[in-house]
Amino acid sequence: MSKKPSAPAESGAAPAVTPTLPSPHAQAPANTALTAEQKIELYRKMVRIRRFEERCLPVYNAGKIGGFLHLYIGQEAVAVGACSLMGKDDHVITAYRDHGHAIAVGMDTKPLMAELYGKVTGCSKGKGGSMHYFAPDLNYWGGHGIVGGQIPLGTGLAYGVKYQGKKGAAMAFMGDGAVNQGAVHEAYNLAALWDLPVLFVIENNRYSMGTSQERSSAGELGKRAEAYDMKWYVCGGHDIYEVRATLDEALRRARDEHKPAVVEIDTYRYRGHSVADPDKTYRDRKEIEDYRNTKDPLQIFQNQLLFEKVLTEALIAEIDAAARAEADRAVEFAEASPFPTAEDIQKDVYWETDQAQRTSEGRIFFNSID
Amino acid sequence: MATLTYREAIRAALSEEIERDPNVVILGEEVAQFNGAYKVTEGMLEKYGPKRIVDTPISEAGFIGMGIGASMLGIRPVMELMFWSFYSVAFDQIVNNAANVRYMSGGQIACPIVIRGPANGGTNVGATHSHTPENILAHHPGLKVVVPSNAADAKALMKTAIRDNDPVMFLENTLLYGVPGEVPEGDITLPFGRAAIAREGKDLTIVSYGRSVVHSLAAAEKMKAEKGLDIEVIDLRTIRPLDVDTVLKSVAKTHRVLIVEEQRPFCSVGTMLAATIQEEAFDELDAPILRVGTIDAPAIYAPPVEKQFQLPNPERVIAGILKVMR
Repeated sequence: MSKKPSAPAESGAAPAVTPTLPSPHAQAPANTALTAEQKIELYRKMVRIRRFEERCLPVYNAGKIGGFLHLYIGQEAVAVGACSLMGKDDHVITAYRDHGHAIAVGMDTKPLMAELYGKVTGCSKGKGGSMHYFAPDLNYWGGHGIVGGQIPLGTGLAYGVKYQGKKGAAMAFMGDGAVNQGAVHEAYNLAALWDLPVLFVIENNRYSMGTSQERSSAGELGKRAEAYDMKWYVCGGHDIYEVRATLDEALRRARDEHKPAVVEIDTYRYRGHSVADPDKTYRDRKEIEDYRNTKDPLQIFQNQLLFEKVLTEALIAEIDAAARAEADRAVEFAEASPFPTAEDIQKDVYWETDQAQRTSEGRIFFNSID
Repeated sequence: MATLTYREAIRAALSEEIERDPNVVILGEEVAQFNGAYKVTEGMLEKYGPKRIVDTPISEAGFIGMGIGASMLGIRPVMELMFWSFYSVAFDQIVNNAANVRYMSGGQIACPIVIRGPANGGTNVGATHSHTPENILAHHPGLKVVVPSNAADAKALMKTAIRDNDPVMFLENTLLYGVPGEVPEGDITLPFGRAAIAREGKDLTIVSYGRSVVHSLAAAEKMKAEKGLDIEVIDLRTIRPLDVDTVLKSVAKTHRVLIVEEQRPFCSVGTMLAATIQEEAFDELDAPILRVGTIDAPAIYAPPVEKQFQLPNPERVIAGILKVMR
């Protein structure tokens, strides 16, 4: 995790975190503005993400999900915290660890599971898969497979919002592995040069696939913003109140002043990079256990809300049961749904050919003998 | 009717569309203050202001990706590549984002961008600046590819491109920019996928696009005068969508085909055309389909050598005509 801007010199090791109660970020205006019901909903969303992701694993191992599966377990506070701050003209785009953001913006888990199965009832009609969840109606623009490739797109969302004279911002998420892609640097420059209301949110879970931050990146991640005269923030990603407090400030500045920023968020994934990752070669079991035991975002917020007397043990159990049942229903829905047909393969390619009448002439698809 | 150069025709289209639709934005390197590296956008900054005509830093992946992102919200960016050769700097954004976001989202997103700029050799600018990627772009479903050969088509097709809700790759030619042509006045568009019969004939079909149409017409003129041959020249106008029917109809008439294109033959547009023609009109052919293309090496610098030997020109087209007529 990078040092905060203007922090006193520290050793390189991440500070040991023993979550204190109450959270030091509970009094931030963004959090005191929340009603009890809203706080419960934040907690519920994190639990729903956790249970959905956990439910994906046996399904994948049973061969129902093909290709990649990049689970968000451990990072829930980041997506839920960030998306909970969205106004009607704010937008979100992320990379392929996108299930958390999808649920956080409000997508229904049945089409999400169906998409993993490749069924036509999937949120992308079975055409995208795990890495390509989209919900334009919820201002959620995917779900992208090429590392860093979504960052110029996120800059474009901000450009569009500003061009249309709207008061909004784009949050363009990436992992710690994306910060070295050329396209990301190009996007940073464009945003800073043109005062685009975009937040470049780095979900730093310390490993890009099997390569640690120390082995990938020279210098600190958030601090690279200084090369573009761009403001940067760094915060912990385990306490959802902290995520909200930091992003609320950054979002207001982006919306009000059209100023971009880099926000580096310290987070952690318990599972491997994807389910294909044996997770044996690059980190310690002990490190993972340590995070689970002391920095789990669900546990931290649960403790906080118990302290605030917003949650009870009974409600916690109810929320958990409901989340597990929801994930089961999503699986049932996916199992019962059909696959797309061969005729579906060439739909959704062009806007034009999806309409009732074509406006162009000639041949637009070229097939071999079939 | 007005006489406009190819570049003036494009500029007229850009201007008319900017005036018509407040969402249209022109972006690119040197398009605004410099008046355009090839003067296509000359005068437009002064007329329309910096919100509509935007100078970008040298950042193809960045600004093209940005334009794609903005188009998802309904902005209609017309982005200039100073040379289409620079598309490879933005290749991921073009083939993975512009071409694919609609599909990967199950049809929820449209990407109404235009990427435009000159794609040609023959100007001694060397191997990295002389690419003609019609084939590579057309290979990706989700993209449309347009290659106008004359001023009237350039204007009409550019208007269609800007109004099109899919990503359109619009390939111009620095050697055509100064060529004048009769351009009808008014709000005229041309549908994609409609080829033009640039010259009617019965003895041979030449299929071509872009500046190679000009070479083909010159060769056809000469062959008429010297050998009395009536050669039909088809100007495809767009590669994707492709007017296959016009080509097949012509083949049924002439029974011989020569494809002329400024592309190296390996996996060129002509390769694809030849495969289609022989699949669907095999019995109409009296001779194998031949191609005249760019000699298969990176663009050579030496000016006379590139022009005379490497690129298509009327002399090389004539050699091709004689071979296919044998």
